[in-house]
Amino acid sequence: MNISAILFYAISTFILSAGILAVTTVKIFRSAIWLLFSLVGIAALYFWMQLEFIAAIQIVVYVGGIVVLIIFSIFLTQNSGKEMNSPKAGKKIFSALAALFGTAFVHNLIVHYEGFSFSSAKPFNPNVAEIGTQMLSTTAHGFILPFEAVSMLLLAAMVGCIVIALRPNNNIESETLNKKD
Amino acid sequence: MQEIPLTQILFVSTALFFIGMYGLFTRRNLITLLMSIELMLNSVNINFVAFNKYLFPDNLDGLFFTLFIITIAAAEAAVAIAIIINLYRSHNSIDVDDATEMKY
Repeated sequence: MNISAILFYAISTFILSAGILAVTTVKIFRSAIWLLFSLVGIAALYFWMQLEFIAAIQIVVYVGGIVVLIIFSIFLTQNSGKEMNSPKAGKKIFSALAALFGTAFVHNLIVHYEGFSFSSAKPFNPNVAEIGTQMLSTTAHGFILPFEAVSMLLLAAMVGCIVIALRPNNNIESETLNKKD
Repeated sequence: MQEIPLTQILFVSTALFFIGMYGLFTRRNLITLLMSIELMLNSVNINFVAFNKYLFPDNLDGLFFTLFIITIAAAEAAVAIAIIINLYRSHNSIDVDDATEMKY
């Protein structure tokens, strides 16, 4: 067992234990912090797989964006130190059994599947220049169409967020109506 | 690097996915449901990257799927939080059991 394998097991243990704590802690703010640790662990897993760009994206978007957004909404919507209602014991047991069964089932499938064909025709080359060229290329294996679609989706999502979160302001409407009169 | 087989990475992502599913089943607070969904999306990302690196190293399709999933997850989280804040304004609670207007 070399240092790489030890690193993999350490990172995996960290991800899974932080994930379990994130879904079982009763205080919502602690739950968000455990989620943050789990996402940092996943970024470490990407670093371990030598995908530095994806790891950087993971840290910037998830840790810097989504978790901060979640923490903001926790502060906006409720008392962060308050303990959440614990679910019923029966529901907990049923959910844990379902999750354990699912994990065991899929693990069994993976262990007994023999069809993984490891091709090593070309070395894996995930550097940023390659990613950028392929992202904006219009040839085969080019991703310009999904790139444009996703940029439109982001714009629509941002406009939608602002419209949904706007406070419905009745005073302005009545003022404009008064001016018309 | 080569000593860790693909199946072990797949086992980690499977376990993470079902941890997220457990959270989705047991939690009743909308923000924690969103957090569980993020965990599940991340496990799928690990799968895409691992398959790309181990099985199809000659092109980068899985890596691009991961990038697009991260983007869409960000958009989804932003919209979900806008909806949660709006719901909190009208119901003074973000518990899923309290929003029952459209039930039945």
